[in-house]
Amino acid sequence: MEVRVQNIRKEFGRFPALDDVSLDIRSGELIALLGPSGSGKTTLLRLIAGLESPTDGTIFFGAEDASRKSVQQRNIGFVFQHYALFRHMTVLDNVSFGLKVRPSSRRPPAAEIRRRALDLLELVQLSGLEKRYPAQLSGGQRQRVALARAMAVEPNVLLLDEPFGALDAQVRKELRRWLREIHDRTGHTTVFVTHDQEEALELADRVVVMSKGAIEQVGTPDEIYDQPVSPFVYGFIGQSNCLNVTLSRGEIWLEDRPIGLRAANEPDGAATLYFRPHDIELIDGCGGCLAGLVTASRRVAGTRHLELDLGKAHPSVEIELPPERASSTDHTRVAFRPTKWKLFRKDGDVAAAPQLVEAPASELARTGT
Amino acid sequence: MALDSSSVPTAAPSKLVKAATSETRIARLTLIVVALGFVVLFLLLPLATVFIEAFRNGPVEFATTLRDPETFSAIRLTLIVAAIAVPLNLVFGVAAAWAIAKFEFKGKAFLTTLIDLPFSVSPVISGLVFVLLFGANSALGPFLQKYGIHILFAVPGLVLATVFVTFPFVARELIPLMQEQGTSDEEAALSLGATGWQTFWHVTLPNIKWGLLYGVLLCNARAMGEFGAVSVVSGHIRGQTNTMPLQVEILYNEYNFVAAFAVATVLALLALVTLVLKTALELRYSDEIAASRRH
Repeated sequence: MEVRVQNIRKEFGRFPALDDVSLDIRSGELIALLGPSGSGKTTLLRLIAGLESPTDGTIFFGAEDASRKSVQQRNIGFVFQHYALFRHMTVLDNVSFGLKVRPSSRRPPAAEIRRRALDLLELVQLSGLEKRYPAQLSGGQRQRVALARAMAVEPNVLLLDEPFGALDAQVRKELRRWLREIHDRTGHTTVFVTHDQEEALELADRVVVMSKGAIEQVGTPDEIYDQPVSPFVYGFIGQSNCLNVTLSRGEIWLEDRPIGLRAANEPDGAATLYFRPHDIELIDGCGGCLAGLVTASRRVAGTRHLELDLGKAHPSVEIELPPERASSTDHTRVAFRPTKWKLFRKDGDVAAAPQLVEAPASELARTGT
Repeated sequence: MALDSSSVPTAAPSKLVKAATSETRIARLTLIVVALGFVVLFLLLPLATVFIEAFRNGPVEFATTLRDPETFSAIRLTLIVAAIAVPLNLVFGVAAAWAIAKFEFKGKAFLTTLIDLPFSVSPVISGLVFVLLFGANSALGPFLQKYGIHILFAVPGLVLATVFVTFPFVARELIPLMQEQGTSDEEAALSLGATGWQTFWHVTLPNIKWGLLYGVLLCNARAMGEFGAVSVVSGHIRGQTNTMPLQVEILYNEYNFVAAFAVATVLALLALVTLVLKTALELRYSDEIAASRRH
C-alpha cells in the first residue's frame, strides 16, 4: 500500500522533532530513513505507525486518511529496536498474537492461526524453535521472530526501527541480505530506520536522508551518493572533502591560485567546494590544480588513502588512489584535481556542479551546470 | 636463584592466590556469626517467646482462649478488613504504577511523593486524619449522622485507615519494575491490533505478576498487623471493632497473658504463612522470575 506523508509537524513540548515533512512512499517499496540521532527519523516512523500523533499534517494510507485512525486500526507491522517480544510467551504464541487478539468476527480458526504462524516461522527460517521462549534465542533469532510477528497480521506497511542496531556486524550483514530476500518475496511496503548509511544504501530501493527534523534528500542509493543536493548529504554519506574557495570570473580559486576548475555562469564570491576522495586525478606539473604535502598514507583493502596538507588555512584533504598509482608518486608533494565536484554557496544553496559523466582527463576546465 | 626457602613457603597448587572477592576464613566466620546473632536475638527469640507464652498453660487453655467470642470476632474482623483493603490497594496500586511508569503528565513527581506519604506519616496521624474528616465535630459529621452512615468506630473506618496505611506497598513494588520494562511491549501489542484491555491482560499483567504478588503479600501482612491507625478509628468496642492487634493489646493490659499471646500466635502464624507462601513461589518459579527480569 502506498503511504503519503503530507506536511507533518511534530513537537515534543516546544521542541519540534519534525518540521513540515512530506514524503511519498510507493507501494511495495523498501525505503530507508537515514540520519544521525536526533534527526527525527524514528519519530517519522512512529507517526506513520500511529504510535505518536502529529501536531499538524496528514498521513494517507492509499486514499484513506490514516492520521485519524488509531494504531490498531491502521493495521501496520512494527518491529521494535529491541524487538519487544513478549517474554512470557513462546515463539509460536508471539507470532500468532496479532491474529489471536482479533475480535471473533475477524479471527481465523485456531488451526488456521497455528498454520499461518508456522508458515511464517518457516519463512524466517526458525522452524523447530516455535516452543522456545525469547530468552532462549540469540539476538538474530529474536529479530526474526519480531519480523514474523509483525508480518502475521498482513500489515498495510511494515515499519522497522533500527532493525539491525543491536546485532553484531556479522549477523547484521547476513540479516540485511535476508531481509531484502524476504521483501522481494512478500512485497510488503517496508520502511526502515537506520543510522548506518551502508545499510541504507545497500538495502533500500530509495533512501530518505534526514537531518534536524527535515528531509534533506530523497533518492535511489545511486542518486544519494552521486548527486548529493546539500552539504549535509555530501558530508553525511560516504567520505568527502570540503574546501573554502572563491569564485572569480567563472574560475575557482583556492586563496591566490586557480585550481583549474571552471564554474562559468556563477557570480563571483565565496563558496565551498565538495569532492569525494576517489573522484580525483593526479596531475604532473601544476598549471591550475590542488597541491599538498602527503602527511599520512594508509592502505585500506584495495586502495591507498593519502592525507594531504594544503596549507594551514585549510582542513586536511584525503584522496584515494590505486596502490600501484600511489607508489609511483613517491615524492611527498602531490598535485591533483577533482574530477567530480560540487560547489555550495555559503547559504547552502547548490551553486555549481559539473556533469557527472566522466570527461576526458585532458579537459582542463569544466563548466558548471 | 638464591631465595631463602624458609621465608618463602613453597606454595602447593591448591594454595594459589585467592579470588579477589573471596574473604578470609575469619572474616567470613565473623560476618556469619554477627548476622546469625542478630537474627536469633531480634527475630527468633521474640517469636519463640510468643509461642512459649501462648502454650504456657498447655494446648487446651490455648484452644479455649481462641474460642472466646470476642477473640473470634477480632480474628474475623481482621480477615474481613484485609479482604477488602488488599484488593482495593491492588487496583489502586496497579493504576497508580501504570500512570506513573507509562505516562508523562504534569504533577507526576508530586503523585509519586504522595504515594509515599503513608510511609512517612506516623500511623496514629493517619488514623487521626479520618477522625477529623468523619468525626461528629467535622464538616461531614452532621451529614453522616443524619443519614445514619457509620464510618468511625465501624468497619468502614477500619478499612479506610488500613487502605491508607497500606497503600504504598503494591504501587512501590510495581513502579520501578514497570519503569524498567518501558512501554515497548505494550506498543508492540497495540500495533498488532490488541485493545487496551487485551494488552493489559496478555502483556502487562504477565510482565508484572511477580512484583504484583510480592506487593500484595506485603500489603496483606501489614493490613493484618496494622495497629496505630486502626487503633485511633476503631473505638475499641469489644467483639465489634477490635481487630487482632487491638485485641492483643486489650488482653495484655488485662494481664490475660496466655490469651494475649495466643492471639499473637495466630497473627504471627498468618505472617509466617505469607512468608512461606512467598518463598515457596520463589522456589517453584525461580526460572520464570529470572527470565522475566532479564531480556
